[in-house]
Amino acid sequence: MNDNFENEMKLEFISKATNEAFARITVAAFVSQLDLNIEELADIKTAVSEAVTNCIIHGYENKQGIVKIVGKIKQNEIILEISDTGKGIENIDMAKEPLYTTKPNLERSGMGFTIMESFMDNVKVESIVDLGTKVTMTKKIKPKIEEEKQEFQLITED
Amino acid sequence: MESKFYEKDKLLVFKITDEIDDYSVQKIRRRADYEMERYMPKKVIFDFNSVTFMDSAGIGMVIGRYKFANIIGAKFGVANLTQSVKKIFEMSGILKLIPDSTEEMQVS
Repeated sequence: MNDNFENEMKLEFISKATNEAFARITVAAFVSQLDLNIEELADIKTAVSEAVTNCIIHGYENKQGIVKIVGKIKQNEIILEISDTGKGIENIDMAKEPLYTTKPNLERSGMGFTIMESFMDNVKVESIVDLGTKVTMTKKIKPKIEEEKQEFQLITED
Repeated sequence: MESKFYEKDKLLVFKITDEIDDYSVQKIRRRADYEMERYMPKKVIFDFNSVTFMDSAGIGMVIGRYKFANIIGAKFGVANLTQSVKKIFEMSGILKLIPDSTEEMQVS
């Protein structure tokens, strides 16, 4: 275990769509040891749901495989690595384009990466065709004590 | 998901009570399309008031039902969008196409 991280967890599960909820709820429980507000927690859950759905639908194309999540907390930063050993992405830039999808017949919107990128601070995609894909997302959580202080000041100034 | 058909206005309302992701939209889609075909409404509204989670699967699901409503000649709207649901819909631009019908629902 890397000493640089204050906390770390690993999660592996079968690529079933029912596990999308399990994955985002488990990650939410892990990151909740930081002081998150409701919006930050919702953003993280959504980004995890997008990444895990990609592994299941695109990586494994609904065949059985293992989805792996590594979660790390370093001070006020959350690092999430979500990976599969599925078919990989041929053109990452194209996959990241808003509204681009290889599966429009399944009513996929093509907004997965766009949502990950706007809800997290940084998203890195590494992929090798036929070997798999790893998405690494980070998000810095703003300290909440400062916010409370500011609110307190506003109240006392009134 | 709960649904209610108002005979007088030919209005079909779907109240989504599940979290909306790639797994749950499969059930929502099947039931909504079945009921739209069965009632042949003039207007369809999806109510998001009880939705506690939605990812991009919700965008595809709503666009798909919007298209289906067009095919059967019904108007289509969404209602009671929570902050997090609205954030995701706005990102996709579909709210330019699909009106907020919250007020119409309160009349019924």
